[in-house]
Amino acid sequence: MRRYSAFAIAREALRYHQGWERAWASPAPKKRYDAIVVGAGGHGLATAFYLGRNHGITNVAVIEKGWLGGGNTGRNTTIIRSNYLQDPSAAIYEKARSLYETMSQDLNMNVMFSPRGVIMLAQTEHEKRGYLRTAHANAAQGVDTEFIGPEKVKQLVPIINIDGPRYPVLGGLWQARAGTARHDAVAWGYARACSAMGMDIIQNCAVTGIETEGGKVKAVNTSKGRIETGKLALVVAGHSSELAEMAGFRLPIESVSLQALVSEPVKPCMDVVVMANTVHGYMSQSDKGEMVIGGGTDGFNNYTQRGSFHHIEETVRALVETFPMISRLKMLRQWGGIVDMTGDRSPILSKTPVGGIYVNCGWGTGGFKAIPGSGWAMAELVAKDAPGPLAAAFGLERFREGRFIDESVAAGVAH
Amino acid sequence: MLILDCPYCGIRADETELAPGGEAHLTRVGPEGSDAAFESYLFDRKNPKGVHFERWRHAAGCGKWFHAARNTVTLEVYGTYPAQVTEPPKALLAAISKKVPGWEGWQ
Ligand SMILES: Cc1cc2nc3c(=O)[nH]c(=O)nc-3n(C[C@H](O)[C@H](O)[C@H](O)COP(=O)(O)OP(=O)(O)OC[C@H]3O[C@@H](n4cnc5c(N)ncnc54)[C@H](O)[C@@H]3O)c2cc1C
Ligand SMILES: [Zn+2]
Repeated sequence: MRRYSAFAIAREALRYHQGWERAWASPAPKKRYDAIVVGAGGHGLATAFYLGRNHGITNVAVIEKGWLGGGNTGRNTTIIRSNYLQDPSAAIYEKARSLYETMSQDLNMNVMFSPRGVIMLAQTEHEKRGYLRTAHANAAQGVDTEFIGPEKVKQLVPIINIDGPRYPVLGGLWQARAGTARHDAVAWGYARACSAMGMDIIQNCAVTGIETEGGKVKAVNTSKGRIETGKLALVVAGHSSELAEMAGFRLPIESVSLQALVSEPVKPCMDVVVMANTVHGYMSQSDKGEMVIGGGTDGFNNYTQRGSFHHIEETVRALVETFPMISRLKMLRQWGGIVDMTGDRSPILSKTPVGGIYVNCGWGTGGFKAIPGSGWAMAELVAKDAPGPLAAAFGLERFREGRFIDESVAAGVAH
Repeated sequence: MLILDCPYCGIRADETELAPGGEAHLTRVGPEGSDAAFESYLFDRKNPKGVHFERWRHAAGCGKWFHAARNTVTLEVYGTYPAQVTEPPKALLAAISKKVPGWEGWQ
């Protein structure tokens, strides 16, 4: 792999950019791999990356039915934060946030991590008490957050309306180290690094069946033929139930559509991310100037990557109330992704009823921020056939044991 | 916009007046059930990419719970039927089988 650098740009500028090599190879699948990861979203690619980087397992294929990063990883609104309530969540999300800080250097790819800060607005007394509690929990967990008053909110976000008639801003949970990153670059960076380690990234190749023998995984059938493996990681977000069905088990997951939209680009007007959970909307400004907006999920099972119109209407209504100046912005694009929801709104990193098959799913509406931490924890689970400290609490057995990691209150809105 | 016919009051209701109630026809596990069966009843879901049987409530209308059969990929609605049944009506199943070749059935 030729490294990207300022020097490389200068060199290529002098020779009409003829020397850039392909970021990753597109090989035909081999007969067998030590480990196969299904799904080349951020979580699948990060899993493969850390299998190589932390555990020395490089005979790995990442199999993707579409193009890499074309699932939720390329459809999200890129909010990165770690101000969760429960200890296991804080641990894995904070690990991920801290890995984002050095990701551009680690992957030699500019992922444009921008720790611009995230405010979660408190707009009811109940919500305020909730965030005060989270701020205290975060202090105990070593996660740097702070509850700020309405004046500080207004100072950080001049375009906000803090005394709206329905839901005045009573303060907010502020995480200064939180922010955003370029989603595609995260997927590309991992793919390039995996390819450089000799892993095969196989795109346009759908897994259509899973072969097991004596309760253990043997091979996967794909649109490019049968491939054997001893370890299979299913990292397919909204399609997890489909893959689990192929392996003969069910998951506590339901797939629903989550939408986002962006406005026409405008001059810089908001340099932090603002989430308004009570009214169900959140907004940030992209480096191109577009206002990036997200809201709630549909309430019913859906695989269409579209979503219901009335949800966008609700979101926009809420945001116009919160940021009156956006009322005249034109919206440019709207899209949806299929998110994998668990009952406790926490992810699943787990062994499964089938030997050698592992699942990483349930990140639902908020897994972009978790990509490096999740890959780190998942690689350990796959490599050692046992979860490490980051993954241990997220096993499937928590549902049987009633040991939920309840984040449904902390994450009232999708992000 | 998703539109379902309420089998009780007969109104063609759009999703803003309906409340989704999740997968239908789950078999409740009794006191003798195993932990695994209870877990499965509470949490495991079919979540199919295709034909889905689900519960809905005509929340901003007559208030009744009912059932709907819907495709989660095409969003086609195959039909709705009352709540007081433990399995989908035979005629509806036959109609779906005809429309979706190779469909593995509702269970
Ligand atoms: C609109 C929207 C906004 C969001 N905003 C945020 C946010 O602000 N912050 C945040 O942290 N998170 C956010 N999320 C959530 C985040 O996007 C996801 O949790 C995360 O991207 C999941 O990554 P993944 O790698 O698990 O899944 P994906 O990126 O979806 O990757 C899964 C891959 O598996 C592939 N696949 C599926 N079936 C098969 C098969 N049979 N064979 C081979 N490959 C298969 C798919 O094609 C896909 O590429 C948002 C999501 C959406 C939809
Ligand atoms: Zn009715």
